[in-house]
Amino acid sequence: MSYHRITLKVNGSLEVVDISGNMTLLQMLREKLALTGTKNGCASGECGACTVLMNGDAVNSCMVLAAECDGAEIITVEGLAKNGEMDVVQKTLVDLGAVQCGFCTPGVLISARALLNRNPHPTEFEIRDALSGNLCRCTGYNRIVEAVKVAAEIEGQEGA
Amino acid sequence: MHNPHPGLPELDYVKPASLEEASRFLVEHAGEARPFLGGTDCIVRIRDGAWTAKYMVDVKGLEGMKDLSFDPQKGLTIGAAVPMNKVAADPAVQQHYPGLVEACHWVASYQLRSRATIVGNICNASPAGDTIGASILYGGVLRVFGPQGFREVPLDGFFKGPGKTTLQPGDIAASISFPLSHPQHACRYLKLGRNKLGDLAIVGVTVMAVPARTPSGYHFGIVLASVAPVPLRAAAAEAILESKEIDEAVIAEAAQAAMDGCKPINDTRGGAAYRKQMVRNLTRNGLMDVWTKVRK
Ligand SMILES: Cc1cc2nc3c(=O)[nH]c(=O)nc-3n(C[C@H](O)[C@H](O)[C@H](O)COP(=O)(O)OP(=O)(O)OC[C@H]3O[C@@H](n4cnc5c(N)ncnc54)[C@H](O)[C@@H]3O)c2cc1C
Ligand code: FES
Ligand code: FES
Repeated sequence: MSYHRITLKVNGSLEVVDISGNMTLLQMLREKLALTGTKNGCASGECGACTVLMNGDAVNSCMVLAAECDGAEIITVEGLAKNGEMDVVQKTLVDLGAVQCGFCTPGVLISARALLNRNPHPTEFEIRDALSGNLCRCTGYNRIVEAVKVAAEIEGQEGA
Repeated sequence: MHNPHPGLPELDYVKPASLEEASRFLVEHAGEARPFLGGTDCIVRIRDGAWTAKYMVDVKGLEGMKDLSFDPQKGLTIGAAVPMNKVAADPAVQQHYPGLVEACHWVASYQLRSRATIVGNICNASPAGDTIGASILYGGVLRVFGPQGFREVPLDGFFKGPGKTTLQPGDIAASISFPLSHPQHACRYLKLGRNKLGDLAIVGVTVMAVPARTPSGYHFGIVLASVAPVPLRAAAAEAILESKEIDEAVIAEAAQAAMDGCKPINDTRGGAAYRKQMVRNLTRNGLMDVWTKVRK
């Protein structure tokens, strides 16, 4: 098996990591960097619990090889808060009771952040569409959608 | 069998520096090396043991693979490694190839489309591939680099069976090109899945109408997904639609011909009889839609 030394940025800090050719980005984050916020649900691209930002884009980290991430910039759920301040999507999910067991939450937060970054004023349909790859067994989705809507409103006001 | 363990079997990650090097490696390791782009088919299949690969050959970094260009005379070229989200967000693609945008949108989830590519969808040659129908109807031609250098490979005749194409070990699809589309064309993709988003098609129907000098005044194209071992062109239905003046009855007749011309299988996603009826219904709905758009 091949072994690689890769250099990448994770949540703003430069990391040099030794990995094997078959290691996924999900495994590297959890097992090499102890960033266990990113979850393994299905390991096959269905559930979205493993969603992270790779070079600004939401991806399923279970379907990316760590070796592909040399030079990449990764943001995980641990990197959403800035200076101890939660991101607005984190705040609204908490405030509106959109978290139950919490297993899907890291992936939902990343998908929501990615959505608001590319589309600051999404419609309800666009929110549901953007979150369609994040399965939640608990909440019934409505509160999650509501929380993202409110997050967009708050961010719109702050930007104005 | 689905395996929820995150680990892949032992394998080497290989990142060649040029198309020549990649092609040579794939020839030398034929049967045990696999080229990959987004990896959304490869990684899942290798983890589940459906495919074995000693080497995963990452071809995304090779020359031209990440470029997307539109030329108002020549048309559109999409590098093999351009993910579906980039294709679907491109203003020129939205304006001139809307059917391609709609097809991309039906593939799985946003996260998956950040990685999945149209060329990967085509090379994977699943009869359910959502972007294959539009790629065929827009006249897509693959540019393939092989041991003898570059060659152009039209999609007509490219598919040989589920997962099988005319590509040989050492062949690497580098891009796909589409001629300029007709400014008055209309194209739709209608997909029936078990849920609204993120499931493989039980039946998928891509339809296109283009103004033309035929008895009906149009060329029609119809490609059916998930009803044959390969993406299926509904040639009999297309012929009916070109031969006489279009009205609802002719559209119904063509939809029936599309249904009669396919022999789907029974599987966990749907029965054969149900699939056939859905072919007729989706074909009729799609044809009504594109015909309404082009005749305005
Ligand atoms: C959860 C999930 C949901 C999915 N949902 C859908 C769906 O709704 N609709 C749909 O159509 N598909 C779906 N797929 C399948 C897959 O995402 C698509 O087929 C995708 O377009 C593949 O693109 P890729 O770039 O990831 O391909 P890869 O996995 O990189 O490659 C696909 C195939 O092409 C070969 N290949 C790759 N690059 C080249 C090259 N340059 N030259 C020659 N051969 C090459 C590979 O060896 C492999 O056989 C889904 C997959 C998953 C995991
Ligand atoms: S763990 Fe990656 S999508 Fe489920
Ligand atoms: S809160 Fe439990 S899965 Fe979403």
